[in-house]
Amino acid sequence: MQTNFLLSDIQLTGLEIAPSQVKGAIRIVPLLKHNVRYDLRLKSQQYEEPLAIVSLSGKLLDPGLKYFSYIPQGLVMSWSDDGSPLASSGTQLGSGNGKKMFGGLLRVIPRMSKKIEHNQLRFLPLHLAMEGFLAMFFGGPEIAWSDYSRRARSQGLNPRCEYSYGGRSIIGLENALRVFEIHQQQVGVMIFVAEELASVFVVPTPEDYRALHSTLLQDFYGELIYQYAYVYQTTYPMNVTVDDDQINNLKDLRREIELVRNSWADFQGFMANSLLERPVISKKVYQAGSFTLQRFLTDIDSDQVNHIGEAIVRDTGELEYLKTYRLSALQTKRVHLLSKLAQYNWNLDDTAQGLNISRNELIYRFKKTGFDYLLTEQASRINLIEQRQFDEAKKL
Amino acid sequence: MESWLERVAAIEREDILMFINSCFTCTGQKEFYSDEEGQKVSLDFLHDYILGNYRLLYARTLAAGINHYNIGQIIVKLLATGKNIEPKHKIEEGQLIAKALQNLPTQRAWKVLAQLQNLRINNRRSRAIARDYWQQRPELSFDAVKYGLKLKKIATHNHFALEEELGTFLFTPGEPKRYNTELFEHRRQANFSNEAIYKLPFTIAEGLAVKKGIPRAEFLTHIEPQMTRGEKLRYLQTAEKASTRIKQIKFDLDWKRLSLTRLALYILSLSIEQRKAEFDLFNQALLTSAQRICKNSNFQLGKVAAVLDCSYSASGSAEKRRRPLGIALAAHYLLQTSAREYRPFWTIPVSEPLMVRARGQTDLATPLLDALEWGADLVIIISDGYENEPPQGAAEVLRIYRTKLDPSHQVSIIHCNPVFDPDTFTPYILSPHIPTLGIREAEDLSTLVNFARFADGNLSLERLQDYLALRAKQMLLQSTKS
Repeated sequence: MQTNFLLSDIQLTGLEIAPSQVKGAIRIVPLLKHNVRYDLRLKSQQYEEPLAIVSLSGKLLDPGLKYFSYIPQGLVMSWSDDGSPLASSGTQLGSGNGKKMFGGLLRVIPRMSKKIEHNQLRFLPLHLAMEGFLAMFFGGPEIAWSDYSRRARSQGLNPRCEYSYGGRSIIGLENALRVFEIHQQQVGVMIFVAEELASVFVVPTPEDYRALHSTLLQDFYGELIYQYAYVYQTTYPMNVTVDDDQINNLKDLRREIELVRNSWADFQGFMANSLLERPVISKKVYQAGSFTLQRFLTDIDSDQVNHIGEAIVRDTGELEYLKTYRLSALQTKRVHLLSKLAQYNWNLDDTAQGLNISRNELIYRFKKTGFDYLLTEQASRINLIEQRQFDEAKKL
Repeated sequence: MESWLERVAAIEREDILMFINSCFTCTGQKEFYSDEEGQKVSLDFLHDYILGNYRLLYARTLAAGINHYNIGQIIVKLLATGKNIEPKHKIEEGQLIAKALQNLPTQRAWKVLAQLQNLRINNRRSRAIARDYWQQRPELSFDAVKYGLKLKKIATHNHFALEEELGTFLFTPGEPKRYNTELFEHRRQANFSNEAIYKLPFTIAEGLAVKKGIPRAEFLTHIEPQMTRGEKLRYLQTAEKASTRIKQIKFDLDWKRLSLTRLALYILSLSIEQRKAEFDLFNQALLTSAQRICKNSNFQLGKVAAVLDCSYSASGSAEKRRRPLGIALAAHYLLQTSAREYRPFWTIPVSEPLMVRARGQTDLATPLLDALEWGADLVIIISDGYENEPPQGAAEVLRIYRTKLDPSHQVSIIHCNPVFDPDTFTPYILSPHIPTLGIREAEDLSTLVNFARFADGNLSLERLQDYLALRAKQMLLQSTKS
């Protein structure tokens, strides 16, 4: 009997946080694992096309829901059913990776995750989470309120899009990854840009990590991360000193240095608490033997930093794979607004009441988050004086 | 309360130490943590600053055992600013330049002189220096074949009157039907006959062979007698990537006469399997080379511990591949032979130093504590100074050890850094409580251990000045190298 394990919060079970390495404004924190089992492996497959279309349902080129993005790589997970160790086998670019079209300008990929062999699943890292994020409340209003435009009523949020920044545009990230010294037991990292958690990345084994280290540059990151890398030159200077008074000989000194090491780990765990100490809502994507592939989202709290991500968790609760993306403030506001609307059945007056704001302010929020295309011309009208008041209030 | 003069002396001392340290290590090339542009700009500034403020000491640095790249830089900069010299130091400076130029490897010396043309430096002294160097070369015809372009530049720039055949060879090589000088004649014939190619210096022959389409394997078998040790070693390194046919050519290379650091760098370029297969040969060669250095420089130490950095950053850069690790390995062999009692402590423990690889994090605190616990008299740390497991770990150990556990300096601790940090104009400092010295070749360790007492901050400016003056005098008295 297989049990699936859905995350209710992100805990770095079985992982040890090591002291960070800093280059410029980028702080990279290694995550180590001492008890490595080799019954799950990850391997990257590079796609060269500048654009990819993922067919989310149905046949490859049939009409239906599609996901468009630059997708530089897919990950192939291989697992063994009986817990026996796997060698990192070379996987070939098979049918699961879709096909090239238009002379290599485009790749059409079937599904976000697809089983390609008995014990192999291909999925698109981070896009899996992002697709889940975009698909939230995608259907739009279920009751045909007259405030919504005809398009919103018939097609929902379609098309729904978000912008992100590629790793190469994050200033200093490439250099920081190049000079980063990978630990022997390392299976993951936490990346901070100017002390803001940009992403957490964990894989099952140190060998996989070494192979995938440079793919961190191909991932996409939130807008704030891009801005912080652009604005800040250094991290916040941090130092842990040893207390002289406690030391009378070399043995004491060794003990104190060990304490320094531990305090680094604790502190960096604390720095990541926007992710680590938050309840998450997760959804199963695939059950592979004793491993559950899932995507998740932190509780949508518009006052806090929110992350989306995907994870593979063993049935014992150990984290085998994790990749997260930090939502920008605007992205958080969007999903917050959508969730509230869904909660009140997309009724504008009820939602405004629920949020404790006026109806016009709710309309104003629609505009500011770029959702005014959902409303009819008439409903989205607010007078200018009021709009200015909202603008002023926002500035304060 | 220290007086104004004392303060000035302290600044001067710091400046000179910073400069010499940088000159030990920096070569203006790319490093793991910084690019070549930053290295060059930073070092160039340092040179100009010291030249402008302490000209005499700047010139005497030529004798301090600094690396060839910086010797070249100093010579060029001194020749460019001859106007600013104090009359009483004129003779000494001239002699130092001439001597330093002679001691440089041939190709570097010619390069320095050719650089004078690029920089438009032409004065009475620079011409005299060039002329003297030109005249004392034992085999100008060989140099003319091997470094033709540079010699041509130098001859034009300084208006040398050349002997007939040399002049013809440099400026109108195609004209004569026959040369009397043997090597020139070979060079002429090499345009037509494959036989003559094999009588030329390797670097020249290599280009001609490609032009004539001689297969590489055939060329290498014939040219072997003409190759220098350095060329053979360099070839072996590239041959690893070449076709199997070329790989099969075995050179008669005298392993034991190779320089220690270069040999270590070569060995580190090989895969673990190859190192295992040739273990005895390599081990013996490194030992012999280390013994030779100890004998020549009379390098003897007591109970020594070495803290050696084999973290990923020791892999250096594309231009200085694995140099920090190579220096650590070479130093390991050198200390092993020179010390009465010796033990190495690597950042990631290795069972056999020859199999060491640059990987993993930098944990300097643990091996340093191990070394101190073992009870060494002298601890030598060879590391680029960037530590991250934990950050500032070794720095804290050193601070507390120096201020609390061993304030009377019973144990000497030296940090040797193979990497120049362009942001601080000096090799990256591990801790202000111990001296940090630049190092480029493990062979320099004996000089560095001597020099460390200045960097330690105990000795006054006068002592440093005396030391440099003495080194300069020794260099001038030393007979010309064979």
